[in-house]
Amino acid sequence: MATTATATPLRSRAATQRGAVPTRLFGRTALYVLAIAGACLFMGPFVFTVGSSLKTVAEIHAFPPTLFPAVPQWQNYVSIFTIPGVPYAIFYRNTIIIAVLVLTGAVTTAAASAYGFARFRWKGRNLFFLVLLSTLVLPEEIVLIPKFLMFNNLPRLLIHRTLIDTWWPLILPSWFGGGAFNVFLLRQFFMQIPRELDEAAVLDGANSFQIFYRILLPLSRPALATVGIFSFLGTWNDFFHPLIYLNTNTKFPLSLGLRYFQQQPADATQPRDHLLMAASLLAIVPAVLLFFSAQRYFVRGIVMSGIKG
Amino acid sequence: MQAGTRAQHKSRRARAENIAGWLWSSPWILGFFIWTLGPMIYSLYLSFTKYSISSAPSWIGWSNFQHALSGADSLFWPSLIRTFTWAVIVVPLSLSGSLLTAILLNQRLKGTPIFRTLFFLPSLTPSVALALLWQWLFQPDFGPINYLLSKAGMVHTPLWLSSQYTAMPSLMIMTLWGAIGGGTMIIFLAGLQGVPSELYEAANMDGAGSLSRFFHVTLPMITPTIFFNLVIGIIGALRTFATAFVATNGGPHYATWFYILHLYNTAFQSFDMGYASALAWIFFVIVIFFTTINVRLSRHWVYYEGEAR
Repeated sequence: MATTATATPLRSRAATQRGAVPTRLFGRTALYVLAIAGACLFMGPFVFTVGSSLKTVAEIHAFPPTLFPAVPQWQNYVSIFTIPGVPYAIFYRNTIIIAVLVLTGAVTTAAASAYGFARFRWKGRNLFFLVLLSTLVLPEEIVLIPKFLMFNNLPRLLIHRTLIDTWWPLILPSWFGGGAFNVFLLRQFFMQIPRELDEAAVLDGANSFQIFYRILLPLSRPALATVGIFSFLGTWNDFFHPLIYLNTNTKFPLSLGLRYFQQQPADATQPRDHLLMAASLLAIVPAVLLFFSAQRYFVRGIVMSGIKG
Repeated sequence: MQAGTRAQHKSRRARAENIAGWLWSSPWILGFFIWTLGPMIYSLYLSFTKYSISSAPSWIGWSNFQHALSGADSLFWPSLIRTFTWAVIVVPLSLSGSLLTAILLNQRLKGTPIFRTLFFLPSLTPSVALALLWQWLFQPDFGPINYLLSKAGMVHTPLWLSSQYTAMPSLMIMTLWGAIGGGTMIIFLAGLQGVPSELYEAANMDGAGSLSRFFHVTLPMITPTIFFNLVIGIIGALRTFATAFVATNGGPHYATWFYILHLYNTAFQSFDMGYASALAWIFFVIVIFFTTINVRLSRHWVYYEGEAR
């Protein structure tokens, strides 16, 4: 180390570990600069939108644009709930109901299905696990049309009405294993829980339901939280399915409702872009809150189930 | 005698386990038949028919496929090529962006949890809200981006989403903003943290610099993660829909008319269910094709730890 340092001091600094304090300091600073620049890029649009959502109509259309309003119009966040023809509060309520019902179905049925794959030997298990893996890369668009027709035509035959323009098509499918990805993730997680725990419980006279409920589920909280978050965010963000299945605006979730709001011909004397910004921001809040309250579990769930590769 | 009863006992247990396994996994298995396999077969049948919901499907053989592939549907090939172009540009940018971001967050900088949070926030934005937010940022007359550009000396600021020439790049910017710090980045982070530190120590002993450590240790060790994200990323890019639908609705002049947009319009605006099913099957074949190629190629560049080579 010493010899190289005397011969070519500059290169040695980069090449060696200990003698490189100035270079490392420079490197660290560059990394911080990068991180801060990245944070600005990612947060900039949000900051501007927050500012816009608090402006008056005149301010939002002013040029040059300002970042923040002269006087924050907090009442914008109240006004969005009383826009004529746009039932924003109902969109909000609808999204929560749909997302919670989907989440409940996905978590319970995915956990049960994963338990079957992880802990029992049954004929066809390996085949079905292969099928499950291949459906992971199956584009959903392939079943879109037949599913729509099923929800339209089958109920007409059976109960003499269509299930189009109801929440059934959005909720019901999630009660069947909640998607291959969720089953896969939970199965991987269950496999890592030592079987000795099950066997000890069997000796104590536990049946398969008790093993599932008392041993596997409590130990799988990170994975269950991950599935729950994925499912909730997926429903919260879903635009395609509501777009296809729903027609009545009082049944819309937020995603579809926001677009409905955007497309409603605004009164020419009363532009409401500032309210649209407020409405969009408010639609992000629950997703953000949920994610950060469960973030700890979420990252652990991904790492421990081994989907990293 | 005793051996016989034991064998009997064992087979009875195996049968009980078989039934229990089927029962536990039945939600997903049933779901697979009801929501995946059944609809796929039905959609395959429909793709050979003319069907507009109002009247029963009538068999027309290969006509739907001919209509698409021959170019008689003048939107088919352009939308397919547009979607490919989109994937070819967006996937490498978002993957390398996510990887670089993950590396940055893996440098043990102070405040890493805060940076991770800030980077992740955009990906929590529902696609509709994301589209509305960026429509405003890109607003050609009084939006902040053009304001900054004009302040920087640009005379003819772009029309962004309102011009057929810049609509596609605008959508790319929006999408990358929402994608780079998101799930892909988290999965990369998990992969990076899974690289054994002994390998880095060994590389240090050999006097490897940070770049050489990256290319000879980090990169090979995370190839499985890259592969996973690549497969998921390509499928996701080909399926792009909601942001384009809300921000530009395929325009201007079909500049952002992606394949799934075409499928959606055929199925749910024109209610041409037979032809739309053919479009869905063509899409399905394309996705399977790319995924298979990916898996084949992966043998040459993905390194699995513990695998005999």
